[in-house]
Amino acid sequence: MTTVSNDQLVAMLRAMMRIRCSEESLAKRYPEGEMRTPTHFSIGQEAMAVGVCAALKQDDVIYSGHRCHAHYLAQGGSLLGMVGELYGREIGCARGRGGSVHLNSPEVGVMASAAIMGETIAVAVGSAMAFAMDRSPRVAVTFFGDGCVEEGIFHESLNFAVVKKLPVLFVCENNFYSVNSPLRLRQPPDLAIHTRATSYGLPAQQVDGNDVVAVYEAATTAVHHLRAGNGPYFLEGLTYRWREHVGPLFDTDQGVRSQRELDFWMEQCPIKRASARAQASGACTELDLRRWWKEFGQEIDAVVEQVRNSPFPKPENILDGTY
Amino acid sequence: MRRLKYWQAISEGLVQCMEKDASIFIAGGGVDDPRGIFGTTLEAHKRFGAERVFDIPNCENAFTGVALGSAAVGKRPVVVHARNDFMFLAADQLINLAAKWKYMFGGRTSVPVLFRGIVGRGWGQGATHSQSTHSMFAHFPGLYVATPAFPDDAKGLIVTALRGHTPVILLENRACYELEGDVPEEMVPVQFGKARVLREGRDITIVGASLMAYEALRASDILRECGVSAEVLDPRSIRPLDRETIVASVRKTGRLVVADTSWSLYGFAAEVAALAAEEAWDYLKAPVRRVTPLDCPAPVSKVLEEAFHPSPSTIAQACLSVVKAEAALEKSVGDVQERFRGPY
Ligand SMILES: Cc1ncc(C[n+]2csc(CCOP(=O)(O)OP(=O)(O)O)c2C)c(N)n1
Repeated sequence: MTTVSNDQLVAMLRAMMRIRCSEESLAKRYPEGEMRTPTHFSIGQEAMAVGVCAALKQDDVIYSGHRCHAHYLAQGGSLLGMVGELYGREIGCARGRGGSVHLNSPEVGVMASAAIMGETIAVAVGSAMAFAMDRSPRVAVTFFGDGCVEEGIFHESLNFAVVKKLPVLFVCENNFYSVNSPLRLRQPPDLAIHTRATSYGLPAQQVDGNDVVAVYEAATTAVHHLRAGNGPYFLEGLTYRWREHVGPLFDTDQGVRSQRELDFWMEQCPIKRASARAQASGACTELDLRRWWKEFGQEIDAVVEQVRNSPFPKPENILDGTY
Repeated sequence: MRRLKYWQAISEGLVQCMEKDASIFIAGGGVDDPRGIFGTTLEAHKRFGAERVFDIPNCENAFTGVALGSAAVGKRPVVVHARNDFMFLAADQLINLAAKWKYMFGGRTSVPVLFRGIVGRGWGQGATHSQSTHSMFAHFPGLYVATPAFPDDAKGLIVTALRGHTPVILLENRACYELEGDVPEEMVPVQFGKARVLREGRDITIVGASLMAYEALRASDILRECGVSAEVLDPRSIRPLDRETIVASVRKTGRLVVADTSWSLYGFAAEVAALAAEEAWDYLKAPVRRVTPLDCPAPVSKVLEEAFHPSPSTIAQACLSVVKAEAALEKSVGDVQERFRGPY
């Protein structure tokens, strides 16, 4: 078991706060209609992204799916690149071509995010295979939701990674829903995802996905396992998305997810919990927290302002980048 | 006859078919969701319950096989893909099995599954959520591929599909859901392979698939103002394709523009152009033109998205250049998507 220093705790807390603050601000602005890209907010799920990425080195690589904002930012993707992409500007990380679901930043190891479920699970296995071929200590991580566990590619990828003993960390963020379909109607209810993963012959562990320290510790163990050449590792984190599947609104009035359920999970807010922990251990004060919220609020406001003043792509360059 | 929206016509067609035939069921991600696939499965779910309208896990590939297997022993599944792009995950079952089933097994059994796929173009749906896959599936003998643009055709093609013996891929463009039209209350089948003449004209033939049939009709309004009389054809199904109606029209007008929601290369537009070259060569007064999305993946940014997709203006412009009319287009007519603001 690793122990987390106050500095590390503060760094992770601040990273989560920055993601939350940015996304809340974007969600508030979304109805203005300038971000014309279907957007899946990570609000509520920040601990998985931050805890895992904190256990990585800068030359490791990560892959994500449609709900990619937190992963991209946690691994060091630039806020400007993300906001620019949401606003469809040339300054966006995909030059306004990809949108919210295709965030990437290869210079910091965010290789790809994709909106077709499960695609990037296999791709992460491929990067891990390349690292293994080169006898490199680098590792690959793939973030995906509980819904992707149902796709064939998930099973094919786990099997392949185990057979070839590849340094890939499978990170399943189990938020109990795939759009409006609850997990219990899609998968065997009494057999947890990580339990099923073990049947492929790799170590798999379930963590409290809203406890950033627990996530970090589990990821650290996993990454050691990977770098030691012991093959892949599987982490399942239990967490919850606060907003609707796609879009900025709450959805408890839609007759699928109850207010009680949301309230329960909002009580388990990863930032609230990490803040309490940090204050209890003397890592920060209430005043620090207020200062940081303000700092991140100003940052996102400035970035949005900069983006809105930046140019759109030029229609005459539309074909650029096809080949 | 009353007016229904496209989504209502689909819903009504499904419900009426299900009332008549107990072997029909509807399955797919979100079919029992409060939004019910743009409303198209709400009524069926309410009427027939979870036994016949049910959600499935995320397993496009396997579920296509499941549907085929149930059809092989007498069921009539309707499989819904909230985006037709997800059908790529099912491509093996669709192409290597469904399309070949009847022929490859000597014609003794068939697998009449109706696959509904929604084209999600608009609001930055981007590279993997706004493609139109009809041409790809139409390449393979053994599948029927329908692309209705109007409410009555959507209903009528569903009726035919659910009475026939052929696996059918039916693409619905999201932009069509709110469009209204006259729809017969009864179940009036629309035959596959029978085009619809949306407007008669003298100077040029415009063939538009899916949403482009509707946009071609609007383009013909613009053209009329420019003194050009356009004949507008909606193939309704692209496999089988109503070659006769298209050829007859091109022989009559001597000019052809094909508008499609998918790329030019190797697609529906190329097929119709080839048809004109083969069957109406001696009648053509000008080269054929294709009006299609530009040759790159679908971009997200609004300015690029607008440049990417054909619109009534670009269709009309292409027609004007073909008839060599002096008139240049003055006003630009935006595409139907401009009104779209969600939900997805
Ligand atoms: C192959 C495929 N099928 C269906 C979809 C539509 N879809 C988009 S996100 C989603 C649910 C994803 O659930 P999960 O993987 O648990 O991630 P979450 O949204 O909960 O973060 C679905 C069904 C898709 N994008 N790709």
